[in-house]
Formats: sequence, C-alpha cells, structure tokens
Amino acid sequence: MEETVTTSTDPSEGSGDIRYIDTEIRLKLYRTMYECRVLEQRAYDLFMQNLVKGTSHLALGQEAIAAGFGVAMRQDDYTFCTYRGHTHTYVRGVSMESILGELMGRECGLLRGKGGSMHLTSVEHGAMGSYAIIGAHLPVAAGAAWSAQYRGTGQVTVCFFGDGTTNIGAFHEALNFAVIWKLPVVFVCENNLYMEYTAIKDVTAVENPAADRAEAYGLEPILIDGNDVDVVYEAAGVALDKARKGGGPSLIEAKTYRHGGHSRADPGKYRPDEELQGWLARDPIPTYRERLISLGIEDESLEAIESETDAAIDAATEVARNSPPPPVDIAHIDVWADGSASWRN
Amino acid sequence: MAQLTYREAVGEGIAQEMRRDSNVVFLGEDVAAAGGVFKTTVGLLEEFGPDRIRDTPISEQAIIGAAMGASMTGLRPIAEIMFSDFFAVCWDLVANQIAKTRYMTDGQCSFPLVLRSANGGGSRFGAQHSQSIENWAMAVPGLKVVAPSNAADVKGLLAASIRDPDPVMFFEQKSLYAIKGEVPEGEHVEPLGVANIVRSGTDVTIGALAAMVPRALKAAEALQNEHGVSAEVVDVRCLVPLDTQTILESVARTGRFVTVEENPRLCGWGAELASIVAEELFWDLDGPIVRVTTPHIPLPSADELEDALMPSPERIVESVKHLVD
Repeated sequence: MEETVTTSTDPSEGSGDIRYIDTEIRLKLYRTMYECRVLEQRAYDLFMQNLVKGTSHLALGQEAIAAGFGVAMRQDDYTFCTYRGHTHTYVRGVSMESILGELMGRECGLLRGKGGSMHLTSVEHGAMGSYAIIGAHLPVAAGAAWSAQYRGTGQVTVCFFGDGTTNIGAFHEALNFAVIWKLPVVFVCENNLYMEYTAIKDVTAVENPAADRAEAYGLEPILIDGNDVDVVYEAAGVALDKARKGGGPSLIEAKTYRHGGHSRADPGKYRPDEELQGWLARDPIPTYRERLISLGIEDESLEAIESETDAAIDAATEVARNSPPPPVDIAHIDVWADGSASWRN
Repeated sequence: MAQLTYREAVGEGIAQEMRRDSNVVFLGEDVAAAGGVFKTTVGLLEEFGPDRIRDTPISEQAIIGAAMGASMTGLRPIAEIMFSDFFAVCWDLVANQIAKTRYMTDGQCSFPLVLRSANGGGSRFGAQHSQSIENWAMAVPGLKVVAPSNAADVKGLLAASIRDPDPVMFFEQKSLYAIKGEVPEGEHVEPLGVANIVRSGTDVTIGALAAMVPRALKAAEALQNEHGVSAEVVDVRCLVPLDTQTILESVARTGRFVTVEENPRLCGWGAELASIVAEELFWDLDGPIVRVTTPHIPLPSADELEDALMPSPERIVESVKHLVD
C-alpha cells in the first residue's frame, strides 16, 4: 500500500508527502495519541475537581509529537522532557495510574508524591526526567548521549522542549556541545507559538525559533508539521537512525498548538479566536482518524481502541483515587544514595 | 611518603581512580591538552586518551549538564569549573537539577559525580575570581562539600569523592596549589565526613577549613609560644557530611570554640557549627563562640587590601587571646 497525503508544504498548514507507513504502526500511533489525549483530559478534569493540586501543564493538542517519537524509539533509548511532560513520559510505557497518582499526590504515584506533575520520571522506561527550569535538560540530555556514545550502547537520547527554550543560554550551549562531540541526541522543539502568555514571534529574532538557528550549529534546518503524527514518526525515524549510526545530533522544530492555556491558571485568552479555531480544525487526533478511515481502516477497529482507552483511563482514575496518601516518613529519605537524608554524624 | 604539591595531588587522585575504573571520565575547559589553567591535570590526556579526558567549550551549563546526564546513565564523571565563581553561571544545574533529582524521583537515580573547582582568595584575582563559595554549596540539600587543606587530603578525599555515589563539590583552594606536602605512596583514599585534629591543645578549639588551616596552625604556634595558650586545631575537611562529633568532643575538652572561615561572614559554614555547639554543648562552654571570617565584603585585588580582609594568623591570635583572657 503506497499512499500520499499532499497538502501545503507550510508545516503550519498541513503535511508534505508521506511515505508508506505500516498499518499496524498507524494503529499504534493513533492509539498512543488517543491515550495521551484522554490522559491529559482526565488530568484536567481531576484538577477541576481539586484532586490535583499545585499546577499542571497540559499537552492537549500536541499529542502527535510525543506519540510519533514514542512509537519510533527503541525501548532502551532515553527521553528528557519538560514540565509539560505527562504524555512524553506516558509514551515510554509508564502506566496511566502512576501518572494520575503522582498528579494527585498518592502512594501509587510514579514518584510517590515526591516530584509532582512537573517532574515525572521513570528510569526503568528510559524516561529520564521532566525538567521544570527552562533549558536545563538540554545539556543533561547531551550528557546522557555522551554516556551512551562512550559505553557504545547504540542508545539515542531524545530531548523535547518548547519554543521558549530557544532563547535561553542552555539551548545554545547544549546544541554546540552536542555537535562538536557528535553526540547521539535528537533535540525536538515543540513550537506551539506561545512561550507562556507571550507569542514566541514577538520576542524572537527569527521566524522559526529552532529551525532558523540550526545552521548556526552546522545542522540541517528541519521544520515539520507537529500535528501530523505520520510526519513526526517519519522525522523521528530519520533522526534516530542518523544518531544511532554515529551521524550526530539533529534539531527538529515541530509546529503545533496547545488547545488550552500555559497552565491551570491560564485560560489562554491572549490567543486570537481565528487562530485557535484554525488549529482546533487541525486537531491531530480527529484528522488522523479521518486519514485512517480514508486509507481503508475499519471504523470498528478505531472504535475498539477508543473504548478500550476510555475504560483504561476510568480504571486508572479509580486506582489513583483509591490510593492512600504516601507515608509521611518518605519525606525524610532518599536525599543520598544510601537512602538517608543525614548530613552530620 | 612522597613529596607532592597540592596541585600535583589533584592529578594523582584523578589518575589513581581512572586506572581502577573505566567509567571515570573527566571534562572541563582547557583541562586536556593544556593540562588545566592551574596545571592540575597535566599528563592525564597522555595517559588516558581523548575519550576520557575531554576539553570543552566555555559552556559551564553544558559541562555540568553533561556530567549530570552521564552520571545518571552509568558513568562517574569529574567536571572542572575553572574558578568556583563561575558556578554562578551554571548554578541551576547544580542546585536545582543535580542536587534535587534523586529526591524528587523517589530515589530512582543517583549522581556519582565530582564538580572540582579552584576556590578562594589570596591570589590577587579580584572579587570575581577569589570567592569562597563553600557555603553556597552547603546551603543546598543534596550536595556533599569537600575542601582539603593539604596535598595528602587532596588525593585521598578526591579519590573518595570520585568513588562516592552522590554528587560532591570539591573545592581546591587555589593559593595552596604550590604548597608541598607528604602524600602516602600507593593507593590513598580518605573517607568523607571525617574531621582531622591537626594540632592537639587544651584551652581552645579552632575549627578551620582549606587555606584557613595553615593559618590557624600558624596562629596556634604563636599562641603557644608568645601567650602560653594551648590551641587545638581541627581541619573540618568536609562540610557535608559534617563530622560534628570530632568537633563536639574537642570543644567539650577545651571549653572554647573559634571558627576560622574564608567565606564572607553571613551564613558562613562556621555559623552552622556555632549553632550546633551552642545547642548541644552550651553548659560545657567557658566563653562565647567566636567566628573569625572574611567580612561581608567582596574581595579586592591589591595585596594589602586583600590581606586586610582575609583572616590572618594575627587576627586569629587576637580573637583567641580576647576570648581566653
């Protein structure tokens, strides 16, 4: 089966030509995106019920990027992501209940309530952390890539970050460093057009904050439609393959849009309605569903994915709701590798 | 015993650990081909090769971040920050990321890394290349803090820091680099968190760190010879973990406690020790606890001005005399 989906070449308006992608992979991409969507939607709902405290940064609308990479990556690859990292953590194989449990501060939480929404980490799944200080994790991702290079394991590190990160110093330091050491790392800028409340274009010297800077590091500019999971999956595969073969880092800018505000406190009113409606019409999940139907995939198989996922998120929510708060004594442990918090004798 | 300079002991400590563990790697600015701006790492590139001894760009965030990412995925990196003042441009990685990630992830990762740096004054470099920042590091939960005063401890404590499973800030006092000392032959490892009584005495306990240790010893000599005061000098060596027992036992015997600190006064490490001694040994004290510190002023560069601010043996003698009289 060879098919082509042709629209504009402007990634913010639609996709370029798509190569053949196996149906099984396409179903996996759809399932992963749909799971990410219901997970984020549930996180929002639980927030509105005051069951999630603190803050929460949702990736509603941006699911195609985490899903495309998650499906393309090798199981032992590493990912580093930001405080908007529920979906990036989930796609590595972490359970819904441990993510919701962490958001709710429960014992079943991924970090037993010691990290919270902004720090989801699962080392056993290669999800090496969600970093809440802009830019901090780019050099750390380079370090993990250096380690894989030194140990000769063939592992690739994928580092997700937002458009706002491209204006902080750590971005520059990490990009240059990764290129000169030819590290197996893929930097993925999710350009959702807004840093927090301010449009990235209003505060940035170039139009495409990551892609337009790639050549400064000797890298090919790569600008893709981050709302088209096929495009993301394909770009991920190319960059992962290059890194794994010793070809060094890539910098990918994926254009996308978050359906909500920056965080819980932000209704996102600064965004023009026309812009918002335009992007909602390009929601990565229903548009991909339409594509799958047009490619001859049975509606029933998609419905089965949806109903399974809907049941799974309900079950995970129940587990997390019923999980007790973490035992208070864990507040006093694990500062040091011996498990203690002791600083004196 | 071999006679080594404090500077040579740095390279010896790194080499000793790199020979026994291939996961130990080293990176920093001008550290490989040039052997370090303070010549502490001369010869390492030749012995261990460019995969393990790596020059970096002037990118402190990249250096520290790379060390963090490498340490959480199986390596034991040593990173050099040329002057400790430069930690101010990469402190996010140190204080927010390295120090907290083990705790925040419910113990999922460890960070067996060493951040080495030339710390402290006395070299006429001015206010941005002379700071003693050990108290910055001490204030952050999750960092171990080591500051050796002599060549033997440089080698032994550096070896222990490299073997330690937690992040260690290793502060080398740059004015000591040329000082020679006896260093044991063969493998030498000194445990972290053990203070060292470097001179015994009965009238007062002086707690000192790094370059303040030789100054405290000089003061103790003068106190004995010129004033008949017997001072015990404790080289604190590690601020985290802190060997409070050795200090408390000493103060319980002498009844008096003086700290000699190079860091600026406010919230210096001696303030923490003073509060511990006051809280746990109050009824054994024969006088107030006295802190001799650099005043709360940036360090100037001219010889006479810098010397006027850093604790001198004379100032230590005066403070102790005042306390004992």
